[in-house]
Amino acid sequence: MAMLEVKNLGISFGGLKAVDDFSVAIEKGQLYGLIGPNGAGKTTIFNLLTGVYRPDTGTILLNGQNITGKKTIEINQCGIARTFQNIRLFKDLSVLDNVKAGLHNHYRYSTVEGILRLPRYYKVEKQMDERAMELLKVFDLDGEWDYKASNLPYGKQRKLEIARALATEPKLLLLDEPAAGMNPNETAELMETIRFVRDNFDMTILLIEHDMKLVSGICERLTVLNFGQVLTQGETSEVLNDKRVITAYLGE
Amino acid sequence: MNKNKVRMQNGITYAIVVGCWILVQIMDKTGHMTSLLRGILVPLCMYSILAISLNLTVGILGELSLGHAGFMCVGAFSGAFLTKCLENLLPNLQLRFFLAILIGAAVAGICGILIGIPVLRLKGDYLAIVTLAFGEIIKNLINVMYIGLDKSGFHFSIKDTMSLGMDETGVVIIKGAQGITGTPKASTFLIAVVLLLITLFIVLNLIHSRTGRAIMSIRDNRIAAESIGINITKYKLMAFSISAALAGVAGVLYAHNLSTLAATPKNFGYNMSIMILVFVVLGGLGNIRGSMIAAVVLTLLPELLRGLNDYRMLIYAVVLIVMMLFNSSPRAIELRSVLLERFRRKKEPAAKEAA
Repeated sequence: MAMLEVKNLGISFGGLKAVDDFSVAIEKGQLYGLIGPNGAGKTTIFNLLTGVYRPDTGTILLNGQNITGKKTIEINQCGIARTFQNIRLFKDLSVLDNVKAGLHNHYRYSTVEGILRLPRYYKVEKQMDERAMELLKVFDLDGEWDYKASNLPYGKQRKLEIARALATEPKLLLLDEPAAGMNPNETAELMETIRFVRDNFDMTILLIEHDMKLVSGICERLTVLNFGQVLTQGETSEVLNDKRVITAYLGE
Repeated sequence: MNKNKVRMQNGITYAIVVGCWILVQIMDKTGHMTSLLRGILVPLCMYSILAISLNLTVGILGELSLGHAGFMCVGAFSGAFLTKCLENLLPNLQLRFFLAILIGAAVAGICGILIGIPVLRLKGDYLAIVTLAFGEIIKNLINVMYIGLDKSGFHFSIKDTMSLGMDETGVVIIKGAQGITGTPKASTFLIAVVLLLITLFIVLNLIHSRTGRAIMSIRDNRIAAESIGINITKYKLMAFSISAALAGVAGVLYAHNLSTLAATPKNFGYNMSIMILVFVVLGGLGNIRGSMIAAVVLTLLPELLRGLNDYRMLIYAVVLIVMMLFNSSPRAIELRSVLLERFRRKKEPAAKEAA
């Protein structure tokens, strides 16, 4: 059984069919790419998968569990975490606190324990600090743990967003244009990191990306989207050589 | 780690409060205390508590509330109501006052939850306007409320004292626009300072905990907070109701500092709400110590300028404008950093020479 199984997903805004009859199956441990020209509906699919929008048609199954129409926080608790195309960090919190916010549901103590500073507060906070630093180390952000998130350079902000998403201990990670705005060196480094995350965190990753070097470098399978519909899907090398895909991107 | 830095900063805040208390004690002993100053000590603490609690809503949660005086009003009346009702049952005033504080906080907190459920779905200006309306509603409701107590229990009316229909043993507790008369004067400076310290303790510890992190993440980016599984409604309501409960405590303090308690536009109207907001904005959004200091300075200033009669409010306004500019305009911030740098440089050679 596939880890994520999406069948006939569709949503319209007014008269516009943003996503129409979208189906995909992603196996556990796969690095899956979702590509397509601007406005094809890629981010809308992410928003459907994470419960920001409610689909008009279709079903979403995560490990066989039907998560269609659930709220964003419930979907996160079921095991889907995401990053955003336009970075959405907690900009006034420190880098460490951004990750610790991601740990919120996995390391618990009550508000009263927090206010009265009972022993559990110190114990759990210490565990949170350790876990958060571990995650920051993966992304080479441990040196900047006490920076304000908004003071990080752009590339590191993207990485911090991934670290925060991983802190929620997802089964499936959705990355929305992780390499946007990065230079070739940063992109190459990011590719290594994404692979590292997949291998060491036992993660399944679905990513949207325009950088074809990144896509062809790390994605095992691809789905190409055009005008809200699936143009083609399959092995990366096959898909990228498909004439229809080249036409969709570059025109006739 | 930065735990130590936080702990030091919080320590400084507590130390300032305790330091002020000691200073007042010394002034009292050496006879430098004027009656004017003595009268303003409890209000100073009260305004500080209000500013700190509103900062929790405005600075930490990031929602603009203009109804803070409403929660204070709820706290004041429920607290004073309790002390009046238990007058015969519990002769010990301190104990009654303690109970009143708990009740005031609880009732205001519950009001916070009730108001918060519908209101916190709104954002920005809309939220501000609805909370403003809430504050006015509370004040006007209390102005038409008549509650009496006799042998057969409580009597309630919204018309006048006569329609309460009590027997000859009956006592009117809340008398419409005249409010509650004869509240015992239980608020002392010591109690006020202790309450201020407790408020600081609650708010500062809340901010630097798991809950505070969740609240601030909602402020910084609601969509991202939702995407990492933070329950938006729960934490918004929590921050809002804790803020309301603390305002209720300030209200109880206010009610027991005067012998009559009536809800007038002056004490519980929107003017008051806006004044508390001014303390918060001036002290810095999210800056707890700052809002406390701003509350003290802006309350003391008009009193200290009393000698200048008519020019008093003019000077107050000018000082307010200058302080706001100094705090927020980019030019002024630049100037401030230059001054700070120069100050540091001057200090350094002096330190070297000394060594």
